[in-house]
Amino acid sequence: MLDILVPILSAAVRSGTPILYATLGEILTEKSGVMNLGLEGLMLMGAFTGFSVTFSTGSPWLGILAAFIVGALLTTVHAFLCITMGANQVVSGLALTMIGTGASSLLGRSYIGETIDGLEKFTVPILGRIPFLGDILFSHDAMVYISYILVFLLWWFFSMTREGLNLRAIGDSPRTADSVGLNVKRVRYIYTLIGGGIVAVGGAYMSVAYTKMWGDLMTAGRGWIAVALVIFAIWHPLRAAFGAYLFGGVEASQLRLQAAGTTIPTPLLLMLPYVLTIIVLVIISVRKGKGLLFGAPASLGQPFYREERE
Amino acid sequence: MNVRMSSDRPLVKMQSIVKSFSGFKANDSISFELFSGEVHALLGENGAGKTTLMNILSGLYIPDGGNLSVNDIEQDFSSPRDAIHAGIGMVHQHFMLVPSQTVWENMILGLSEVPQFLPKKKIQSRIREISEHYGLSVDPHARIWQLSIGEQQRVAILKMLFRDAGVLILDEPTAVLTPQETVKLFLTVRQMKSEGKGIIFISHKLDEVMDLSDRVTVLRKGKNVGTVKTGEVTKEKLAEMMVGTKVSFSVSKQKLSPGRPLLSAEKMKVINDRGLCAVNDISLEIKENEILGIAGIAGNGQTELCEALVGLRNLKSGSIRLGNKILTKASPKTFISAGIRYIPADRKGTGLIPNMDVNENSILKRYWQVPVSRGITINWKIVFEFAKTIVEKFHVDTPSMLTPVRNLSGGNLQKLMLGRELSDTPAVIVAVHPTWGLDVAATNFVRKVLLKERERGAGILLVSEDLDELLSLSDRLAVIHKGQFMGILNEPSGVSAESIGMMMAGTKLDPENEVCA
Repeated sequence: MLDILVPILSAAVRSGTPILYATLGEILTEKSGVMNLGLEGLMLMGAFTGFSVTFSTGSPWLGILAAFIVGALLTTVHAFLCITMGANQVVSGLALTMIGTGASSLLGRSYIGETIDGLEKFTVPILGRIPFLGDILFSHDAMVYISYILVFLLWWFFSMTREGLNLRAIGDSPRTADSVGLNVKRVRYIYTLIGGGIVAVGGAYMSVAYTKMWGDLMTAGRGWIAVALVIFAIWHPLRAAFGAYLFGGVEASQLRLQAAGTTIPTPLLLMLPYVLTIIVLVIISVRKGKGLLFGAPASLGQPFYREERE
Repeated sequence: MNVRMSSDRPLVKMQSIVKSFSGFKANDSISFELFSGEVHALLGENGAGKTTLMNILSGLYIPDGGNLSVNDIEQDFSSPRDAIHAGIGMVHQHFMLVPSQTVWENMILGLSEVPQFLPKKKIQSRIREISEHYGLSVDPHARIWQLSIGEQQRVAILKMLFRDAGVLILDEPTAVLTPQETVKLFLTVRQMKSEGKGIIFISHKLDEVMDLSDRVTVLRKGKNVGTVKTGEVTKEKLAEMMVGTKVSFSVSKQKLSPGRPLLSAEKMKVINDRGLCAVNDISLEIKENEILGIAGIAGNGQTELCEALVGLRNLKSGSIRLGNKILTKASPKTFISAGIRYIPADRKGTGLIPNMDVNENSILKRYWQVPVSRGITINWKIVFEFAKTIVEKFHVDTPSMLTPVRNLSGGNLQKLMLGRELSDTPAVIVAVHPTWGLDVAATNFVRKVLLKERERGAGILLVSEDLDELLSLSDRLAVIHKGQFMGILNEPSGVSAESIGMMMAGTKLDPENEVCA
């Protein structure tokens, strides 16, 4: 039994990692009150940038760094429209997805069919020798290990630090944050850009570590799954990790199920993230009705202007 | 407490402050001074410019002109951060607190001197220290949304004391408090004053201003009408300064005996948005030719009661009927068709659709009725005529009939809404704060209209926070506290404001005087 389970769980972690980066990036952005629906486009641009830079420099790390920078730069457009201009965040986010999808397709044409060495796997000393867990969690590449650290770092940041407290206040009640002297717009810019960069790193993981090649539309809807996962995780990094690996597991086992010749249609399995998200939305609204608040930023999607008279 | 000015130099000095909002001068060259160890009241009607002036002092608004200095240092606040640094703390009317966060988290929000890795224990003990010192007890671990309004206010004040504010601005702090909570608040204010802090007390309640303040500055229509020592002025004089002319609050009310009952509700229980019981076992009856007033501190179930009576909120239990027609569980449309009309408090929320024009708003409650409706289309010609009669009859001052109503002033919004609701001789009118935020002329107009409806035969339920208004308009007055009637007074004008205040705080009326109709 374990002989079957361990490889599936290990594969779940690997295929869940790009979704995890995207989910964490979006959580960071949304905690500041800005909603970015451009995840799919950012991931594609990240995947393309990561691949092309790695291809020409030979360094996967430069590729990942470049993906982060391109992701943050692309998000600047969204940030400017939503934070400075007060534009509709849904529309702006969707535009970002379309731009990213189109641009990565166009720019990536000459890279189709090329391969790179990409990121090496290595087993973590000591931890990698823990039975079962070592194989599942600690025999991957460095970006997987960095994602573990990022999960705990974000959790610590949100719940334990001054800056994290200020960030949550800005997402929940920007007027209050403003009244105590916090710069709402600046903080929103910072975390929207960092979040966008992290999302793009998720895309880069796809091309630089997971497949080691570039393919048109290679993220295949993972950006949208991440949007759903943010809600599924109720804006909590640890639950985001659980959700990302759950869907990584669905993907991983689906390949094996197909290989084993099961009759469950693939599209049905791919619907699962959204079914789960709908269930979570129902639970959230039921509990909200009872006055129980969740981690959802109360001002999500609403622009902030100071001199507004009520 | 005697007037003690610990220095001859003012703590805060504002000179010729000007601030406009889209052409409207909210502050028109206002000058204002505050000394340390002083409670300085800022008095004025709604819209007189009190809050705007204080938002400038607290750095939220940037003035269009004028000078501001704190402790003799010229200041040019570009954000609230600058004002906080200068020692100015404002307790806003709508508290600036993050509902989902705890008390202690709210305390330290935005403070740059707190270490990055939050020392919870130290912060919490400091909060306890300050709260004990000023008698503002509060649990540092509680989340804001779980606290009562009075407790939230304590947190908001503590937050400013935590920041060592030397100047405290309290924006209508007593509006949401019971008389007993008010007494406690005043003790805290007096202690802060004795420690040399300067306190600005915004209010339009004359008794409180007389009781608490050392000096009073009166604003009217964005201008400073005058600054006086509280000891050298009378209530009547202050009222006169506020409104500009000698005020007569008396309205001529015809003597009428109430007719047959119109709307009767029995043993109503209503749940609020948080899932708590907001109206607990209220029975009432509104009769022909009668105004039933409802007095109470905001948030004691008035909103939920009114929404239930007009069909906008479901009853948990109990019943409502109009004459013989049972309306329990009926749709809002059935309530409207039965002749029940609603003047809600939030004119731009429930009352009117801000982005729609005057014509469209005028038919919101009859768009499905012939002749306005012609099958699936609307007969605009009839609508234009109908809207025009409302505008003329109720003196709505609008640039055009096609102006989106968001551009109308509060008074004109209210007139438009009154016109719409009263255009077809309704049986029952439920009016919530109908004169809130209106100037004196508009207030008088609204009151006259309500009295005229009463004479015509309508039954009116009037919710107001203005006790004078309730006493002069109501035929009967019910006092609501925590979703229950503390009693219904049959001769409200003969009852003292003190005893109504006691009822508002939760004391039941003596059973022998209580006459439940």
